[in-house]
Amino acid sequence: MNFKTTIGLEVHVELKTNSKIFSPSPVEFGDDPNANTNVIDWGYPGVLPTTNKGVVKSGIMAALALHAQVEPHTHFDRKNYFYPDNPKAYQITQSDKPIAHDGWIEIDVDGEKKRVGIAEMHIEEDAGKNTHERDYSYVDLNRQGTPLIEIVSKPEIASPDEAYAYLEALRQRIQFTGISDVKMEEGSMRVDVNISIRPEGQKEFGTKTELKNLNSFNYVRKGLAFEEQRQQRVLMSGGQIQQETRRFDENTGETVLMRVKEGSDDYRYFPEPDLPALNISDEWVNEIGAEMPEMPGSRRQRYVKELGLTDYDAMVVTQTKEMADFFDETVKLGADPKSAANYLQGDVNAFLNEQHADLQDTKLTPANLAGMINLITDGTISSKMAKKVFKAITQGKEPKAFVEEKGLVQLSDPAKLQPIIDGVLADNQQSIDDYNNGKDRAVGYLVGQIMKQTHGKANPQVVNKLLIASLKK
Amino acid sequence: MNYFEKDLTSLHDDLVAKKISVTDLVKATFDNIAATDPDLNAFLTLNKDAALKKAAEMDEKGVDADNVLAGIPLAIKDNIVTKGLTTTAASKMLENFVPIYDATVISTLNKKGMINVGKTNLDEFAMGGSTENSAFKTTKNAWDYTRVPGGSSGGSAAAVASGEVIAAFGSDTGGSIRQPSAFNGIVGMKPTYGRISRWGLIAFASSLDEIGPMTRTVKDNAILLSAVAGHDDHDLTTSTKEVPNFAAELNDQTSVKGMKIGLPKEYLGEGVDQDVKDAILAAADKYRELGATVDEVSLPHNKYGVAAYYIIASSEASSNLQRFDGIRYGHRSDNVKNLEDVYVNSRTEGFGDEVKRRIMLGTFSLSAGFYDAYFKKAAQVRTLIINDFQAVLKDHDFIMGPVTPTPAFKIGEEISNPMTMYMNDVLTIPVNLAGLPGMSIPAGFAKGMPVGMQLIGRPFDETTLYKAGYAFEQATDFHKQTPKQGGNN
Repeated sequence: MNFKTTIGLEVHVELKTNSKIFSPSPVEFGDDPNANTNVIDWGYPGVLPTTNKGVVKSGIMAALALHAQVEPHTHFDRKNYFYPDNPKAYQITQSDKPIAHDGWIEIDVDGEKKRVGIAEMHIEEDAGKNTHERDYSYVDLNRQGTPLIEIVSKPEIASPDEAYAYLEALRQRIQFTGISDVKMEEGSMRVDVNISIRPEGQKEFGTKTELKNLNSFNYVRKGLAFEEQRQQRVLMSGGQIQQETRRFDENTGETVLMRVKEGSDDYRYFPEPDLPALNISDEWVNEIGAEMPEMPGSRRQRYVKELGLTDYDAMVVTQTKEMADFFDETVKLGADPKSAANYLQGDVNAFLNEQHADLQDTKLTPANLAGMINLITDGTISSKMAKKVFKAITQGKEPKAFVEEKGLVQLSDPAKLQPIIDGVLADNQQSIDDYNNGKDRAVGYLVGQIMKQTHGKANPQVVNKLLIASLKK
Repeated sequence: MNYFEKDLTSLHDDLVAKKISVTDLVKATFDNIAATDPDLNAFLTLNKDAALKKAAEMDEKGVDADNVLAGIPLAIKDNIVTKGLTTTAASKMLENFVPIYDATVISTLNKKGMINVGKTNLDEFAMGGSTENSAFKTTKNAWDYTRVPGGSSGGSAAAVASGEVIAAFGSDTGGSIRQPSAFNGIVGMKPTYGRISRWGLIAFASSLDEIGPMTRTVKDNAILLSAVAGHDDHDLTTSTKEVPNFAAELNDQTSVKGMKIGLPKEYLGEGVDQDVKDAILAAADKYRELGATVDEVSLPHNKYGVAAYYIIASSEASSNLQRFDGIRYGHRSDNVKNLEDVYVNSRTEGFGDEVKRRIMLGTFSLSAGFYDAYFKKAAQVRTLIINDFQAVLKDHDFIMGPVTPTPAFKIGEEISNPMTMYMNDVLTIPVNLAGLPGMSIPAGFAKGMPVGMQLIGRPFDETTLYKAGYAFEQATDFHKQTPKQGGNN
């Protein structure tokens, strides 16, 4: 029997705002517990929320990045439940009228392009954090009120690979808007997953299961792949899927039962009476649209069409907005686009991985990278020398000054190189004989000797040309 | 100090002229309270030391002649948070709760030199109409100590009516300022929703709650409203409309001349006491005498107000009161083994019966499967009620009617029957649902107990209500009658 898979993804994105969504407390992580809280975050008697306009703006930016329709008249709702990290015992969120709906993003699985629909996206507040130590439990409300956007996909994702591609595309587009760091490892992007399968031809969706503890895109793909297989085995053996929540085990790659869902939780949603309705004007949306950074897809096209990059190179340099901005800037400063792309995906990426750093946090600048590439292009330095120069520019040094200081300038002047070549040839009659007998290897040896004499500074191309000419005499 | 012979303006003049010092005024106020309150039970917490300290400072600095509230002792309903001063909402849940911030009305009044003498009793979390739901004490009616003062702002009403203080602040969600004002023969204003910041008002029903002044005269009331009204960045539901100097408009006693007044037939219908009807009809004649016209009008959907209100207010309350979970502040049960116990036992022990009743009612109304039939339906009824008022107020300057169907009832008479108790609010609730300003002013007596007249205005048109109230007050002497100490019976 063949099965069709349907996957739903709910992605929470933490917004990078200075203050919380409904209180003036700073959004900062790593501080002492409850350092960044005030009476509003504690749910103190008599307090009221006030909406951070920047969060609404971020919501609109996300909507535009995901081709979604912004809802002109929207409001907040209360989602009621008791938990110590939820001080008001309700979360302020959006239920029946989210800020945007009906969007889509394009995904690419092995060259096959597909649009995946986004049902809706809403803005809401995050909860605090409970921790447990020995016999005590602690509540830290620093995270309470951190602004989130929740993005809910339509049930159009048909495979674990598509889910992976969706998350990658979503992360990238949100990252390019600058509203969030969208890093799963830091919790600024969180993914809830559900999956169901049904026999080919069946109209209704099958019973879905939810997966938890998916802490990377890879785990999402692995967990879904396992779950897809598991559900097939259950159905093939005549069993039934029950509505349940399953935990992904990173060690075994399997999903294990956490709890079976009995009925649905009743959160008693109702409109938040402490906040007036949000009216979002077309003018505001247009204004924000005009300021939106260029999205990765359009940048990739531009790089391929205008700068002659390969699809692959274009994809690599648009991984993050910072990388793409860096690339643009480097090219603008005269660097050869192909070389710039090569450096970014090669040496620069290796350096960032080694340092566990983001591009914007290093001393590397587009000006210095462009400077270095231009020195290579004009023959001042060899690509071998460039290794040293690259190290220097990662430390913030200016490449030209560094090259001059270290005497790294490449020897390209034939008038200076010819006497050295003549000397080497005079000392190596054997090699000349080998060459004349058709042994091309001899050239390599001779170049090596010339390089040795020039301490590696000779321009290999010029040396090659002069050497061959001399040998042919 | 006998406040019955004073109003805010004359007290202010005395303070500026140094006929009396702020310290002596504050001391006299606490003497009033010491003499009256052991029986009246209007106050839950007194702020004597801080009040005397502030008074001494003001005496040293001199009273600001431009600021009518400088050095004036006022009482505050105990659901408005006061920094450093116990705020209980008359609940065991908050018995020892000392807030770390001031409500916006408190910080505003403090800046204007108010002396906060203490916190007044109420029905627990402002839920009730008699103060019998207070976890701590039952306040008496200033006119008859065997009767309720009304509620939920019963403590504030009794404190003003008995002359303990010259004025007080209350809050009104379904009639909680107007009904006790009527029962005690004083002036109580529930301003337009959004007129006064709710920041620091312990929420009962967020879309209905409004703070307001309770005074013996219309002019004092107008002065206090101007003092505390206006937009607050802490409360996004407050209006940015400019706040008039309401009292400045009250010089002309004939200002109702030419006004069109609507008298809803539903407000004099079944269940309304004959004495109350007579007082309101007499008031209508008085307005005609003063040159206004009074027509019968209809508010056909008002009769659904009580039902809609108890769904909407209880739904919001069920959510608002969830924060009292025993985790961060307030009562926490000792009898706990796990998290569930902390919630269940703390709330079981901390809340009184009426609060629990409304939490259950509200939780039910919002539940999946019932939301459409209850909460949503109630919200639709609310719209119909708003439309009723809009239709009448389009061609009437204001609406008049009784505040309550009957004068104050006996203590213990209705407490065991919630439905009878809820029906006391039948004439005040629609005003909250519509967010309109409503004022109670003294309009006579029924068998010795005060009868209140309710004036209902257009949104943000408290001015018309004050003008009409002032004209009526000047043309009558009901407001000049005061109860004896210990009540008249």
